[in-house]
Amino acid sequence: MQKCELAIVGGGPAGLAAALKAREVGLEEIYLLERDNFLGGQLVKQTHQFFGSHKQFAGIRGIDIAEKFKDKLEDRPEIKALKGAVAQGYYEDDVLGYSYRDKFFKLKPEKTILATGASEKMLSFPNNDLPGIYGAGAVQTLMNQYGIVPGEKILMIGAGNIGLIVAYQLLQAGIEVKAVIEATGRIGGYAVHASKIRRAGIPILTYHTIKEARGNEEVEAVVIQQLDEDWQTVPGTEQEMAVDTICLAVGLTPKVDLAIQANCQMAYVAELGGDVPVRDKNLQTSNPRVYIAGDSAGIEEATAAILEGELAAAGAAADILPEGSAIDRERAEIKEKLADLRRGPVGEHIRRGLTRVRRNQNAGRDRYTRSWKS
Amino acid sequence: MLEETGIPEAGKVEASLPSWERLEQGPVAIFECFTEIPCDPCYYSCPIEAIEEFHDINDLPELDFDRCTGCGQCIANCPGLAIFVLDYNYSKEEGVVRVPYEYTPLPEEGEIVQALNRAGEVVGEARVEKVQNAERQDRTAVVWLAVSKEQVLTVRNFKRMED
Repeated sequence: MQKCELAIVGGGPAGLAAALKAREVGLEEIYLLERDNFLGGQLVKQTHQFFGSHKQFAGIRGIDIAEKFKDKLEDRPEIKALKGAVAQGYYEDDVLGYSYRDKFFKLKPEKTILATGASEKMLSFPNNDLPGIYGAGAVQTLMNQYGIVPGEKILMIGAGNIGLIVAYQLLQAGIEVKAVIEATGRIGGYAVHASKIRRAGIPILTYHTIKEARGNEEVEAVVIQQLDEDWQTVPGTEQEMAVDTICLAVGLTPKVDLAIQANCQMAYVAELGGDVPVRDKNLQTSNPRVYIAGDSAGIEEATAAILEGELAAAGAAADILPEGSAIDRERAEIKEKLADLRRGPVGEHIRRGLTRVRRNQNAGRDRYTRSWKS
Repeated sequence: MLEETGIPEAGKVEASLPSWERLEQGPVAIFECFTEIPCDPCYYSCPIEAIEEFHDINDLPELDFDRCTGCGQCIANCPGLAIFVLDYNYSKEEGVVRVPYEYTPLPEEGEIVQALNRAGEVVGEARVEKVQNAERQDRTAVVWLAVSKEQVLTVRNFKRMED
Protein backbone atom coordinates (compact mmCIF):
# COMPACT_ATOMS: atom_id res chain seq x y z
CA MET A 1 0.00 0.00 0.00
CA GLN A 2 1.29 3.40 -0.99
CA LYS A 3 1.79 5.87 1.82
CA CYS A 4 1.92 9.64 1.37
CA GLU A 5 1.77 12.82 3.37
CA LEU A 6 -1.29 14.32 1.73
CA ALA A 7 -4.05 13.06 -0.53
CA ILE A 8 -6.41 15.54 -2.14
CA VAL A 9 -9.65 14.29 -3.61
CA GLY A 10 -10.92 16.55 -6.40
CA GLY A 11 -9.02 18.54 -9.02
CA GLY A 12 -11.28 21.57 -9.15
CA PRO A 13 -10.30 25.03 -7.90
CA ALA A 14 -10.12 23.95 -4.23
CA GLY A 15 -8.12 20.79 -4.90
CA LEU A 16 -5.71 22.42 -7.35
CA ALA A 17 -5.05 25.33 -5.00
CA ALA A 18 -4.57 22.87 -2.14
CA ALA A 19 -2.01 20.80 -4.05
CA LEU A 20 0.04 23.82 -5.05
CA LYS A 21 -0.07 25.37 -1.60
CA ALA A 22 0.84 22.10 0.10
CA ARG A 23 3.93 21.83 -2.08
CA GLU A 24 4.79 25.48 -1.61
CA VAL A 25 4.80 25.18 2.17
CA GLY A 26 6.99 22.09 2.09
CA LEU A 27 5.02 18.87 1.78
CA GLU A 28 6.70 16.39 -0.54
CA GLU A 29 4.42 13.42 -1.05
CA ILE A 30 1.19 14.75 -2.47
CA TYR A 31 -1.46 12.84 -4.41
CA LEU A 32 -4.24 14.63 -6.25
CA LEU A 33 -7.07 12.38 -7.42
CA GLU A 34 -9.35 13.73 -10.12
CA ARG A 35 -12.31 11.72 -11.33
CA ASP A 36 -12.49 13.37 -14.75
CA ASN A 37 -9.86 13.07 -17.43
CA PHE A 38 -9.06 16.74 -17.09
CA LEU A 39 -8.17 19.06 -14.25
CA GLY A 40 -9.97 22.28 -13.38
CA GLY A 41 -13.39 21.06 -12.27
CA GLN A 42 -16.08 23.61 -12.99
CA LEU A 43 -13.50 26.26 -13.91
CA VAL A 44 -13.16 24.81 -17.40
CA LYS A 45 -16.75 25.84 -18.16
CA GLN A 46 -16.63 29.35 -16.73
CA THR A 47 -16.23 31.70 -19.67
CA HIS A 48 -17.04 34.86 -17.72
CA GLN A 49 -14.59 37.09 -15.88
CA PHE A 50 -14.42 36.37 -12.18
CA PHE A 51 -15.34 38.79 -9.45
CA GLY A 52 -13.37 38.93 -6.23
CA SER A 53 -10.08 40.60 -5.52
CA HIS A 54 -7.68 41.80 -8.18
CA LYS A 55 -4.93 40.33 -6.03
CA GLN A 56 -6.38 36.88 -6.62
CA PHE A 57 -8.19 36.15 -9.86
CA ALA A 58 -10.77 38.90 -10.36
CA GLY A 59 -11.11 40.00 -13.96
CA ILE A 60 -9.77 36.69 -15.28
CA ARG A 61 -12.07 34.21 -16.98
CA GLY A 62 -12.55 30.89 -15.20
CA ILE A 63 -11.25 28.94 -18.20
CA ASP A 64 -8.00 30.91 -18.02
CA ILE A 65 -7.72 30.38 -14.25
CA ALA A 66 -7.87 26.63 -14.90
CA GLU A 67 -5.02 27.00 -17.42
CA LYS A 68 -2.92 28.96 -14.93
CA PHE A 69 -3.36 26.22 -12.35
CA LYS A 70 -2.50 23.51 -14.86
CA ASP A 71 0.65 25.37 -15.93
CA LYS A 72 1.75 25.70 -12.31
CA LEU A 73 1.08 22.04 -11.70
CA GLU A 74 3.24 21.12 -14.67
CA ASP A 75 6.12 22.92 -13.00
CA ARG A 76 5.60 20.71 -9.96
CA PRO A 77 5.97 17.15 -11.25
CA GLU A 78 6.50 16.01 -7.66
CA ILE A 79 2.74 16.47 -7.13
CA LYS A 80 1.21 13.23 -8.36
CA ALA A 81 -1.89 14.52 -10.12
CA LEU A 82 -3.87 11.54 -11.41
CA LYS A 83 -6.56 12.26 -13.97
CA GLY A 84 -9.31 9.67 -14.32
CA ALA A 85 -8.66 8.51 -10.75
CA VAL A 86 -11.95 7.91 -8.95
CA ALA A 87 -11.91 7.83 -5.15
CA GLN A 88 -13.95 4.79 -4.20
CA GLY A 89 -14.00 4.88 -0.46
CA TYR A 90 -12.47 6.12 2.75
CA TYR A 91 -12.02 3.19 5.09
CA GLU A 92 -12.00 2.88 8.86
CA ASP A 93 -8.23 2.50 8.98
CA ASP A 94 -7.91 5.82 7.09
CA VAL A 95 -7.10 4.15 3.82
CA LEU A 96 -8.30 5.86 0.69
CA GLY A 97 -9.22 3.48 -2.12
CA TYR A 98 -9.32 4.65 -5.70
CA SER A 99 -9.63 3.20 -9.16
CA TYR A 100 -7.26 4.27 -11.86
CA ARG A 101 -6.79 2.79 -15.34
CA ASP A 102 -9.01 -0.19 -14.52
CA LYS A 103 -7.13 -1.07 -11.36
CA PHE A 104 -7.89 -0.56 -7.70
CA PHE A 105 -5.29 1.15 -5.54
CA LYS A 106 -4.97 1.83 -1.84
CA LEU A 107 -3.40 4.92 -0.45
CA LYS A 108 -2.63 5.66 3.17
CA PRO A 109 -2.24 9.40 3.55
CA GLU A 110 -1.33 11.12 6.78
CA LYS A 111 -3.84 13.82 5.88
CA THR A 112 -6.62 13.98 3.35
CA ILE A 113 -8.29 17.05 1.89
CA LEU A 114 -11.76 16.40 0.54
CA ALA A 115 -12.46 18.86 -2.27
CA THR A 116 -15.13 16.88 -4.05
CA GLY A 117 -17.38 19.78 -5.01
CA ALA A 118 -21.13 19.65 -5.30
CA SER A 119 -23.95 18.09 -7.24
CA GLU A 120 -26.94 19.79 -8.76
CA LYS A 121 -30.39 19.69 -7.24
CA MET A 122 -33.30 18.33 -9.20
CA LEU A 123 -36.83 19.69 -9.29
CA SER A 124 -40.05 17.65 -9.25
CA PHE A 125 -42.65 18.48 -11.86
CA PRO A 126 -44.72 16.41 -14.28
CA ASN A 127 -42.69 15.01 -17.18
CA ASN A 128 -39.37 16.04 -15.67
CA ASP A 129 -37.85 12.93 -17.25
CA LEU A 130 -38.42 14.06 -20.84
CA PRO A 131 -35.33 14.39 -23.01
CA GLY A 132 -34.51 18.08 -23.30
CA ILE A 133 -34.39 18.76 -19.57
CA TYR A 134 -30.90 19.49 -18.38
CA GLY A 135 -29.08 20.64 -15.33
CA ALA A 136 -27.17 23.88 -15.85
CA GLY A 137 -23.89 22.03 -15.36
CA ALA A 138 -24.70 19.68 -18.23
CA VAL A 139 -25.60 22.60 -20.48
CA GLN A 140 -22.27 24.23 -19.68
CA THR A 141 -20.40 21.00 -20.29
CA LEU A 142 -22.08 20.51 -23.67
CA MET A 143 -21.61 24.09 -24.83
CA ASN A 144 -18.39 25.24 -23.28
CA GLN A 145 -16.38 22.02 -23.30
CA TYR A 146 -17.71 20.26 -26.37
CA GLY A 147 -19.18 23.08 -28.46
CA ILE A 148 -22.64 21.52 -28.68
CA VAL A 149 -25.79 23.57 -28.13
CA PRO A 150 -28.52 21.79 -26.17
CA GLY A 151 -31.46 23.14 -28.18
CA GLU A 152 -32.87 26.18 -29.90
CA LYS A 153 -35.45 27.60 -27.51
CA ILE A 154 -34.87 27.33 -23.81
CA LEU A 155 -36.43 28.18 -20.48
CA MET A 156 -34.05 28.72 -17.57
CA ILE A 157 -35.30 27.85 -14.10
CA GLY A 158 -33.52 29.64 -11.27
CA ALA A 159 -32.16 33.19 -11.13
CA GLY A 160 -29.17 32.51 -8.93
CA ASN A 161 -25.73 33.23 -10.34
CA ILE A 162 -25.57 29.92 -12.19
CA GLY A 163 -28.96 30.41 -13.86
CA LEU A 164 -28.08 33.96 -14.88
CA ILE A 165 -24.59 33.11 -16.12
CA VAL A 166 -25.71 30.05 -18.09
CA ALA A 167 -28.58 32.05 -19.60
CA TYR A 168 -25.99 34.58 -20.78
CA GLN A 169 -23.78 31.84 -22.20
CA LEU A 170 -26.78 30.42 -24.07
CA LEU A 171 -27.42 33.86 -25.57
CA GLN A 172 -23.78 34.04 -26.59
CA ALA A 173 -24.21 30.68 -28.30
CA GLY A 174 -27.09 32.14 -30.31
CA ILE A 175 -29.87 30.27 -28.50
CA GLU A 176 -33.21 31.88 -27.82
CA VAL A 177 -33.71 32.15 -24.06
CA LYS A 178 -37.46 32.61 -23.52
CA ALA A 179 -37.21 33.64 -19.89
CA VAL A 180 -35.49 33.03 -16.60
CA ILE A 181 -38.01 32.10 -13.93
CA GLU A 182 -37.41 32.27 -10.19
CA ALA A 183 -39.70 30.92 -7.49
CA THR A 184 -38.68 33.42 -4.84
CA GLY A 185 -39.49 37.12 -4.99
CA ARG A 186 -35.92 38.12 -5.52
CA ILE A 187 -33.16 37.49 -8.05
CA GLY A 188 -30.61 35.50 -6.09
CA GLY A 189 -27.59 36.12 -8.32
CA TYR A 190 -25.59 39.29 -8.72
CA ALA A 191 -27.61 42.22 -10.07
CA VAL A 192 -24.98 42.91 -12.74
CA HIS A 193 -25.50 39.42 -14.20
CA ALA A 194 -29.27 39.96 -14.17
CA SER A 195 -28.99 43.39 -15.81
CA LYS A 196 -26.71 41.96 -18.50
CA ILE A 197 -29.33 39.46 -19.71
CA ARG A 198 -32.27 41.79 -19.08
CA ARG A 199 -30.81 44.42 -21.42
CA ALA A 200 -30.49 41.66 -24.02
CA GLY A 201 -34.27 41.40 -23.77
CA ILE A 202 -34.60 38.29 -21.60
CA PRO A 203 -37.40 38.61 -19.03
CA ILE A 204 -36.60 37.51 -15.50
CA LEU A 205 -39.82 36.45 -13.81
CA THR A 206 -39.73 36.26 -10.01
CA TYR A 207 -42.50 34.41 -8.16
CA HIS A 208 -42.82 32.00 -11.06
CA THR A 209 -42.51 28.26 -11.07
CA ILE A 210 -42.70 25.46 -13.60
CA LYS A 211 -46.04 23.65 -13.62
CA GLU A 212 -45.16 20.96 -16.12
CA ALA A 213 -43.16 20.04 -19.17
CA ARG A 214 -45.12 18.97 -22.21
CA GLY A 215 -44.17 16.74 -25.11
CA ASN A 216 -44.35 13.17 -26.32
CA GLU A 217 -40.85 12.03 -27.18
CA GLU A 218 -39.06 15.14 -26.00
CA VAL A 219 -39.76 18.58 -24.56
CA GLU A 220 -42.06 20.56 -26.85
CA ALA A 221 -43.41 23.13 -24.42
CA VAL A 222 -43.40 24.20 -20.82
CA VAL A 223 -46.15 25.61 -18.63
CA ILE A 224 -45.10 28.15 -16.04
CA GLN A 225 -47.27 29.62 -13.33
CA GLN A 226 -47.15 32.52 -10.94
CA LEU A 227 -46.70 32.03 -7.19
CA ASP A 228 -48.08 34.25 -4.47
CA GLU A 229 -46.06 35.44 -1.51
CA ASP A 230 -46.93 32.26 0.40
CA TRP A 231 -45.58 30.22 -2.50
CA GLN A 232 -49.01 28.99 -3.54
CA THR A 233 -49.73 28.79 -7.27
CA VAL A 234 -52.04 31.53 -8.50
CA PRO A 235 -54.88 29.94 -10.51
CA GLY A 236 -55.35 31.31 -14.00
CA THR A 237 -51.77 32.47 -14.41
CA GLU A 238 -50.60 29.43 -16.34
CA GLN A 239 -48.62 30.34 -19.41
CA GLU A 240 -47.44 27.92 -22.07
CA MET A 241 -44.17 28.55 -23.89
CA ALA A 242 -42.88 26.64 -26.88
CA VAL A 243 -39.41 25.42 -25.91
CA ASP A 244 -37.31 22.38 -26.73
CA THR A 245 -35.05 22.66 -23.72
CA ILE A 246 -35.56 23.32 -20.02
CA CYS A 247 -32.50 24.12 -17.96
CA LEU A 248 -32.54 23.66 -14.19
CA ALA A 249 -30.35 25.89 -12.08
CA VAL A 250 -32.05 25.33 -8.76
CA GLY A 251 -29.11 25.00 -6.46
CA LEU A 252 -26.26 22.75 -5.49
CA THR A 253 -25.68 20.44 -2.62
CA PRO A 254 -22.24 19.52 -1.20
CA LYS A 255 -20.84 16.12 -2.14
CA VAL A 256 -19.98 14.64 1.21
CA ASP A 257 -20.00 10.83 0.77
CA LEU A 258 -16.29 10.47 1.55
CA ALA A 259 -16.60 12.72 4.59
CA ILE A 260 -19.38 10.50 5.92
CA GLN A 261 -17.26 7.42 5.29
CA ALA A 262 -14.37 9.11 7.08
CA ASN A 263 -16.68 9.41 10.05
CA CYS A 264 -16.60 13.20 10.03
CA GLN A 265 -19.31 14.63 12.19
CA MET A 266 -21.95 16.16 9.93
CA ALA A 267 -24.41 18.99 10.39
CA TYR A 268 -27.34 20.14 8.31
CA VAL A 269 -26.76 23.81 7.49
CA ALA A 270 -29.20 25.18 4.93
CA GLU A 271 -27.02 28.24 4.25
CA LEU A 272 -24.19 25.98 3.11
CA GLY A 273 -26.40 23.82 0.90
CA GLY A 274 -27.28 20.84 3.09
CA ASP A 275 -25.33 18.30 5.10
CA VAL A 276 -21.74 19.41 5.57
CA PRO A 277 -18.88 18.24 7.75
CA VAL A 278 -18.44 20.14 10.99
CA ARG A 279 -15.05 21.84 10.83
CA ASP A 280 -12.90 24.28 12.76
CA LYS A 281 -11.56 27.58 11.48
CA ASN A 282 -8.68 25.79 9.78
CA LEU A 283 -11.12 23.49 7.92
CA GLN A 284 -10.18 20.43 9.92
CA THR A 285 -13.11 18.06 10.45
CA SER A 286 -13.89 16.00 13.53
CA ASN A 287 -11.63 13.35 12.02
CA PRO A 288 -8.26 15.04 12.59
CA ARG A 289 -6.81 13.38 9.49
CA VAL A 290 -9.43 14.95 7.24
CA TYR A 291 -9.77 18.52 6.02
CA ILE A 292 -12.43 19.86 3.68
CA ALA A 293 -12.42 22.71 1.17
CA GLY A 294 -14.53 24.25 -1.55
CA ASP A 295 -18.14 23.46 -2.39
CA SER A 296 -18.03 20.14 -0.54
CA ALA A 297 -17.59 22.22 2.62
CA GLY A 298 -20.45 24.57 1.69
CA ILE A 299 -21.76 26.00 -1.57
CA GLU A 300 -19.96 29.23 -2.36
CA GLU A 301 -17.96 30.24 -5.42
CA ALA A 302 -14.59 29.49 -6.97
CA THR A 303 -12.52 32.28 -5.42
CA ALA A 304 -13.56 31.13 -1.94
CA ALA A 305 -12.91 27.52 -2.95
CA ILE A 306 -9.36 28.42 -4.02
CA LEU A 307 -8.69 30.14 -0.70
CA GLU A 308 -10.22 27.28 1.27
CA GLY A 309 -8.05 24.81 -0.63
CA GLU A 310 -4.98 26.82 0.35
CA LEU A 311 -6.13 27.06 3.95
CA ALA A 312 -6.77 23.32 4.24
CA ALA A 313 -3.36 22.59 2.68
CA ALA A 314 -1.63 24.90 5.11
CA GLY A 315 -3.47 23.17 7.95
CA ALA A 316 -2.45 19.71 6.80
CA ALA A 317 1.14 20.89 6.39
CA ALA A 318 1.19 22.47 9.83
CA ASP A 319 0.14 19.11 11.32
CA ILE A 320 2.81 17.18 9.45
CA LEU A 321 5.82 19.47 9.36
CA PRO A 322 7.80 20.23 12.50
CA GLU A 323 8.27 23.99 12.11
CA GLY A 324 5.00 25.85 12.01
CA SER A 325 5.45 29.58 12.36
CA ALA A 326 5.75 30.48 8.66
CA ILE A 327 2.69 28.38 7.92
CA ASP A 328 0.78 30.04 10.74
CA ARG A 329 1.47 33.44 9.20
CA GLU A 330 0.36 32.14 5.85
CA ARG A 331 -2.82 30.73 7.34
CA ALA A 332 -3.65 34.04 8.96
CA GLU A 333 -3.27 35.77 5.59
CA ILE A 334 -5.53 33.32 3.81
CA LYS A 335 -8.16 33.68 6.51
CA GLU A 336 -8.03 37.42 6.13
CA LYS A 337 -8.61 37.15 2.38
CA LEU A 338 -11.56 34.83 2.95
CA ALA A 339 -13.00 37.22 5.49
CA ASP A 340 -12.64 40.12 3.00
CA LEU A 341 -14.48 38.13 0.37
CA ARG A 342 -17.33 37.26 2.73
CA ARG A 343 -17.61 40.61 4.46
CA GLY A 344 -20.30 42.20 2.28
CA PRO A 345 -24.03 41.57 1.98
CA VAL A 346 -23.65 38.68 -0.49
CA GLY A 347 -21.44 36.86 2.02
CA GLU A 348 -24.03 37.22 4.76
CA HIS A 349 -25.59 33.77 4.43
CA ILE A 350 -22.16 32.15 4.22
CA ARG A 351 -21.11 33.89 7.43
CA ARG A 352 -24.31 32.77 9.12
CA GLY A 353 -23.86 29.21 7.86
CA LEU A 354 -20.26 29.05 9.03
CA THR A 355 -21.21 30.32 12.45
CA ARG A 356 -23.88 27.66 12.69
CA VAL A 357 -21.67 24.82 11.55
CA ARG A 358 -18.87 25.85 13.89
CA ARG A 359 -21.15 26.14 16.86
CA ASN A 360 -22.47 22.79 15.78
CA GLN A 361 -26.02 23.73 16.71
CA ASN A 362 -27.44 20.98 14.56
CA ALA A 363 -25.40 18.08 15.82
CA GLY A 364 -28.63 16.32 16.72
CA ARG A 365 -29.57 16.20 13.07
CA ASP A 366 -26.46 14.35 12.03
CA ARG A 367 -27.87 11.27 10.37
CA TYR A 368 -24.56 9.63 9.61
CA THR A 369 -22.02 9.49 12.37
CA ARG A 370 -21.74 6.06 13.89
CA SER A 371 -19.36 6.98 16.65
CA TRP A 372 -17.52 10.19 16.95
CA LYS A 373 -13.81 9.64 16.66
CA SER A 374 -11.64 12.39 18.05
CA MET B 1 -37.05 46.92 -8.95
CA LEU B 2 -33.52 45.81 -9.76
CA GLU B 3 -33.77 42.77 -7.45
CA GLU B 4 -36.98 41.61 -9.13
CA THR B 5 -36.43 42.37 -12.80
CA GLY B 6 -32.76 43.11 -13.39
CA ILE B 7 -33.70 46.63 -14.50
CA PRO B 8 -32.27 49.31 -12.25
CA GLU B 9 -34.74 51.87 -10.91
CA ALA B 10 -34.65 55.36 -12.45
CA GLY B 11 -33.59 56.84 -9.14
CA LYS B 12 -30.56 54.57 -8.89
CA VAL B 13 -29.56 55.32 -12.46
CA GLU B 14 -29.91 59.05 -11.91
CA ALA B 15 -27.79 58.93 -8.79
CA SER B 16 -25.03 57.18 -10.73
CA LEU B 17 -24.73 60.00 -13.27
CA PRO B 18 -22.40 62.99 -13.19
CA SER B 19 -23.75 66.53 -13.40
CA TRP B 20 -25.18 67.78 -16.70
CA GLU B 21 -22.30 70.18 -16.87
CA ARG B 22 -19.81 67.30 -16.74
CA LEU B 23 -21.81 65.21 -19.24
CA GLU B 24 -21.68 68.07 -21.72
CA GLN B 25 -17.94 68.52 -21.29
CA GLY B 26 -16.91 65.26 -22.94
CA PRO B 27 -16.69 61.50 -22.52
CA VAL B 28 -17.13 60.20 -19.00
CA ALA B 29 -17.54 56.74 -17.48
CA ILE B 30 -20.63 55.76 -15.54
CA PHE B 31 -20.95 52.75 -13.25
CA GLU B 32 -24.26 50.93 -13.20
CA CYS B 33 -23.03 48.85 -10.28
CA PHE B 34 -25.71 49.06 -7.62
CA THR B 35 -25.23 46.15 -5.26
CA GLU B 36 -22.25 45.40 -3.10
CA ILE B 37 -20.36 42.35 -4.29
CA PRO B 38 -16.73 41.41 -3.63
CA CYS B 39 -15.11 42.87 -6.74
CA ASP B 40 -12.39 45.44 -7.37
CA PRO B 41 -10.78 45.19 -10.85
CA CYS B 42 -12.13 48.59 -11.95
CA TYR B 43 -9.92 50.36 -9.44
CA TYR B 44 -6.81 48.73 -10.91
CA SER B 45 -7.90 49.32 -14.51
CA CYS B 46 -8.03 53.11 -14.27
CA PRO B 47 -4.76 54.58 -15.59
CA ILE B 48 -5.26 57.88 -13.77
CA GLU B 49 -6.65 56.55 -10.50
CA ALA B 50 -9.94 58.37 -10.85
CA ILE B 51 -11.66 55.51 -9.01
CA GLU B 52 -11.36 55.69 -5.27
CA GLU B 53 -9.33 52.93 -3.68
CA PHE B 54 -11.45 50.21 -2.09
CA HIS B 55 -11.26 49.92 1.69
CA ASP B 56 -13.46 46.84 1.54
CA ILE B 57 -13.66 44.91 -1.75
CA ASN B 58 -17.43 44.85 -1.26
CA ASP B 59 -17.65 48.65 -1.52
CA LEU B 60 -19.41 50.16 -4.52
CA PRO B 61 -16.95 51.92 -6.84
CA GLU B 62 -16.74 55.68 -6.60
CA LEU B 63 -15.55 57.59 -9.63
CA ASP B 64 -14.27 61.13 -9.54
CA PHE B 65 -16.11 62.39 -12.64
CA ASP B 66 -13.93 65.49 -12.88
CA ARG B 67 -10.76 63.44 -13.12
CA CYS B 68 -12.24 60.81 -15.47
CA THR B 69 -11.14 61.40 -19.06
CA GLY B 70 -13.59 58.89 -20.52
CA CYS B 71 -10.74 56.75 -21.87
CA GLY B 72 -12.91 53.68 -21.36
CA GLN B 73 -10.18 51.31 -20.10
CA CYS B 74 -12.47 50.26 -17.27
CA ILE B 75 -15.30 49.03 -19.55
CA ALA B 76 -13.76 45.70 -20.54
CA ASN B 77 -12.19 45.28 -17.10
CA CYS B 78 -15.53 45.14 -15.30
CA PRO B 79 -16.51 41.47 -14.79
CA GLY B 80 -20.12 42.62 -14.41
CA LEU B 81 -20.14 44.52 -17.73
CA ALA B 82 -21.65 47.37 -15.75
CA ILE B 83 -19.48 50.28 -16.95
CA PHE B 84 -20.36 52.49 -19.91
CA VAL B 85 -18.82 55.66 -21.30
CA LEU B 86 -21.17 58.45 -22.33
CA ASP B 87 -20.09 61.13 -24.78
CA TYR B 88 -23.01 63.49 -24.89
CA ASN B 89 -21.44 65.97 -27.28
CA TYR B 90 -19.82 63.51 -29.66
CA SER B 91 -21.08 65.66 -32.53
CA LYS B 92 -23.56 68.46 -32.92
CA GLU B 93 -26.47 66.07 -33.44
CA GLU B 94 -25.32 62.86 -31.85
CA GLY B 95 -24.01 61.42 -28.65
CA VAL B 96 -22.09 58.19 -28.25
CA VAL B 97 -22.64 55.40 -25.76
CA ARG B 98 -19.75 52.96 -25.46
CA VAL B 99 -21.00 49.55 -24.36
CA PRO B 100 -19.27 46.26 -23.51
CA TYR B 101 -20.17 43.50 -25.98
CA GLU B 102 -19.39 39.77 -25.79
CA TYR B 103 -21.29 38.31 -28.74
CA THR B 104 -20.01 37.20 -32.10
CA PRO B 105 -19.80 38.19 -34.83
CA LEU B 106 -18.84 41.72 -33.87
CA PRO B 107 -20.63 44.46 -35.79
CA GLU B 108 -18.88 46.40 -38.54
CA GLU B 109 -18.06 50.05 -38.15
CA GLY B 110 -20.77 52.06 -39.88
CA GLU B 111 -23.37 49.32 -39.42
CA ILE B 112 -26.87 50.37 -38.41
CA VAL B 113 -28.14 48.38 -35.42
CA GLN B 114 -31.19 48.39 -33.17
CA ALA B 115 -30.57 50.35 -30.00
CA LEU B 116 -31.80 48.69 -26.80
CA ASN B 117 -32.53 50.15 -23.39
CA ARG B 118 -31.86 48.57 -19.99
CA ALA B 119 -34.92 46.33 -20.43
CA GLY B 120 -33.74 45.11 -23.82
CA GLU B 121 -36.50 47.01 -25.62
CA VAL B 122 -35.79 48.51 -29.03
CA VAL B 123 -35.80 52.27 -28.62
CA GLY B 124 -34.49 53.26 -32.03
CA GLU B 125 -31.51 52.83 -34.27
CA ALA B 126 -27.84 53.39 -33.62
CA ARG B 127 -24.80 53.59 -35.86
CA VAL B 128 -21.73 51.62 -34.90
CA GLU B 129 -19.03 54.26 -34.79
CA LYS B 130 -16.14 52.15 -33.63
CA VAL B 131 -15.37 48.64 -32.36
CA GLN B 132 -12.51 48.21 -29.91
CA ASN B 133 -11.28 44.68 -29.35
CA ALA B 134 -7.64 44.86 -28.30
CA GLU B 135 -5.90 41.91 -26.72
CA ARG B 136 -5.84 43.55 -23.30
CA GLN B 137 -9.64 43.68 -23.36
CA ASP B 138 -9.61 39.89 -23.10
CA ARG B 139 -12.48 39.26 -25.53
CA THR B 140 -14.82 41.89 -24.13
CA ALA B 141 -15.25 44.23 -27.09
CA VAL B 142 -16.29 47.83 -26.64
CA VAL B 143 -18.75 49.11 -29.22
CA TRP B 144 -19.31 52.83 -29.77
CA LEU B 145 -22.98 53.47 -30.53
CA ALA B 146 -23.88 56.83 -32.09
CA VAL B 147 -27.40 57.73 -30.98
CA SER B 148 -29.52 60.84 -30.74
CA LYS B 149 -28.59 62.98 -27.78
CA GLU B 150 -31.81 62.23 -25.90
CA GLN B 151 -30.99 58.53 -26.05
CA VAL B 152 -27.55 58.76 -24.50
CA LEU B 153 -29.06 58.16 -21.07
CA THR B 154 -31.25 55.24 -22.15
CA VAL B 155 -29.35 53.11 -24.69
CA ARG B 156 -27.26 50.40 -23.02
CA ASN B 157 -27.14 47.58 -25.55
CA PHE B 158 -27.83 46.85 -29.19
CA LYS B 159 -29.02 44.10 -31.45
CA ARG B 160 -27.85 43.53 -35.00
CA MET B 161 -30.53 43.73 -37.69
CA GLU B 162 -31.93 40.37 -38.75
CA ASP B 163 -30.33 39.10 -41.94
